[in-house]
Amino acid sequence: MAALSLRRLRAIARKEWVQLRRDPRSMGLAFALPLVLLLFFGYAITWDITDIRLAVVNQDPGQKSRELLQAFAGSGYFQVTERLASPARIDRELLHAHITGALVIPPTFDRDLAAGRGAEVQLLLDGADANTATIAMSYADAIVARFSRDVVLQGRRIQLPASAETRIWYNPTLESRHMVVPGLVAVIMSIIAAMLASLTIAREWERGTMEQLASTPVHRLEIIFGKLLPYLLIGFFDTVVTIAAGLLLFGVPIRGSILFLGGMTLLFLLGALGLGMFISAAMKTQLLASQIALIGTFLPAILVSGFIFDIGSMPVPLQVLSFLVPARYFIAVTRGVLLKGVGPEALWPEALFMTLFAILGLALATRAFHKRIEE
Amino acid sequence: MSEPTTSPATPPPPPPAVVVRDLTRRFGEFTAVDRVSFTVATGEIFGFLGPNGAGKTTTIKMLTALLHPTSGQATVAGVDVARDPALLRRRIGYMSQRFSLYPDLSVDENIALFGGLYGVAGARLAARRAWALAMAGLEGQEQRLTGALPLGWKQRLALGCAVLHQPPVLFLDEPTSGVDPIARRGFWDLINAMAAGGTTVLVSTHYMEEAEYCNRVVLMDRGKLVALGAPAQLRAAFDEPIFAVRTDDAPRALEALQHAPGIVEAAMFGREVHVVARDAAQAEAGIPAALAAAGRRFGGLRRVPPSLEDVFVSLVRRGATAAPAGAGKEG
Repeated sequence: MAALSLRRLRAIARKEWVQLRRDPRSMGLAFALPLVLLLFFGYAITWDITDIRLAVVNQDPGQKSRELLQAFAGSGYFQVTERLASPARIDRELLHAHITGALVIPPTFDRDLAAGRGAEVQLLLDGADANTATIAMSYADAIVARFSRDVVLQGRRIQLPASAETRIWYNPTLESRHMVVPGLVAVIMSIIAAMLASLTIAREWERGTMEQLASTPVHRLEIIFGKLLPYLLIGFFDTVVTIAAGLLLFGVPIRGSILFLGGMTLLFLLGALGLGMFISAAMKTQLLASQIALIGTFLPAILVSGFIFDIGSMPVPLQVLSFLVPARYFIAVTRGVLLKGVGPEALWPEALFMTLFAILGLALATRAFHKRIEE
Repeated sequence: MSEPTTSPATPPPPPPAVVVRDLTRRFGEFTAVDRVSFTVATGEIFGFLGPNGAGKTTTIKMLTALLHPTSGQATVAGVDVARDPALLRRRIGYMSQRFSLYPDLSVDENIALFGGLYGVAGARLAARRAWALAMAGLEGQEQRLTGALPLGWKQRLALGCAVLHQPPVLFLDEPTSGVDPIARRGFWDLINAMAAGGTTVLVSTHYMEEAEYCNRVVLMDRGKLVALGAPAQLRAAFDEPIFAVRTDDAPRALEALQHAPGIVEAAMFGREVHVVARDAAQAEAGIPAALAAAGRRFGGLRRVPPSLEDVFVSLVRRGATAAPAGAGKEG
């Protein structure tokens, strides 16, 4: 093997950087897309449901019914947008999607409570959006349960026989943004690797420039690492921007070691970029390479990595598949470091898998590239 | 070249730049290059001629270590191509068939890239850059994107980048295809200048007239070396008389002449028909007769010197059985 030259590596890296800079599509992917995704997932897509629009049919003029309504309105989850005189109109309002749910308080509510008979209220929910309906139902249950307890106690303090004190750690307010932003780092890196790196070698074969490169003394490792460098730089930049935006815009904490996170990011980038280049070198055309990369790396990174959908709740085959998705490990690392403040002591299995992944990606890229030059 | 130990009266000939022995490349069943052998002297302009698919490009790719030979040997600039491709690539320049600079890099950025790849730096790079810009006629255009240049300029810049490191041996694979005749002529002037400076140039082309610029050419057909020699030598060795025949309707006359007795071959040549005959006297009588029999007008005939194309067609027709007379394997 010929000696590797830093000068040649730098020449390739500089060329790749200039080409990247001149290509609007690449620049868009590298810099605009992460911001769009960040804002999209940070603001538009959120699993937290607030201000559920509620119509109220209060047929009881009493004090207790008003207290119950206040409990709903004051919870922050519900917003009473309409007061209807009769339940007959609820149907129409739900159909037109003016409201998400309706609360019906019967005329006997106050009386039943006072008599200690157990009063009933009716909550009608729009089940077309099952997610929202389920969450609204659990909020309503909680509000009504609390209300009932207050009614029973009526100011007296007694010791309940057993009660669950629930506390949520690491993300106490259960904000989905806190969960999304760390995962987004992995998703953005996957996109960069898939969409950018997959083009870089295929493009050279398509244009015939690879043949010219191959006729010079440049070594294939110099080509691969020279090409990697600019993408690594962009990858790190995007990671920093995403985490900084998470911190500043969404209040995502950074509880763990930045250094450890940086090292893991490097591993993930090396593996993902290596894989992208492998696909690029193995496929003959840019079109094929980018499509394979999209299906092979980007989609799994979104769907079976735990970014959106909980891996534990997936069917077993998908769970097994998720072990092959490097984003899974990186998402575990980013969440662990940012939210839980843990480091290698807890995340060493992930670190191990990511090291293997990086080695595999680079080895595959080098191998595939070798073959093409020989053919 | 000036070693103090040798007497100036009898300078030893420089070792050949390229030595090829039985070079063969097969792609599965298909033999792209079949036991080709030749030697190229230092400073020579050596042409590969032949139609597409003759094996010119495959041969050049093996000599530049872009392809492994299936069998046979090749030494370029003193380096065995199969044994040390890395060293070889430092000693050669290569310009591929397709334009292969980066269109999205500027003229200067392309020069800097190849300077970096060939290890040309500092003052030497500055000098070579100035030379390449002057040679390509691109002074003042350094910041222009290469893709926006006219093809002729692109080709000259590609040549400049390929020889930035002043390699002793330069390979050009159809460097002038698609370039207009005037730019082509200018390109050959550059090749001549480089050869005069001691660079050995191996160049392939399918323009037969470009062979005249070469010191020696090989004619290739379906992977085989058909003939090798200086263009004049190859033409002189052509022993069949050729006549240009004037007639009223060349296409139909061609048909009549192709099957006339004593005629080896007939081909359209502008508005005339070129006829290769077995015997001059027989042809001078037979051609008017054949035209008259076909009802075509005979407008006269004259003997013409063979072109390289005639030589090529004739040699291919005779096949590899008859050894090309006067076109020895060694020049």
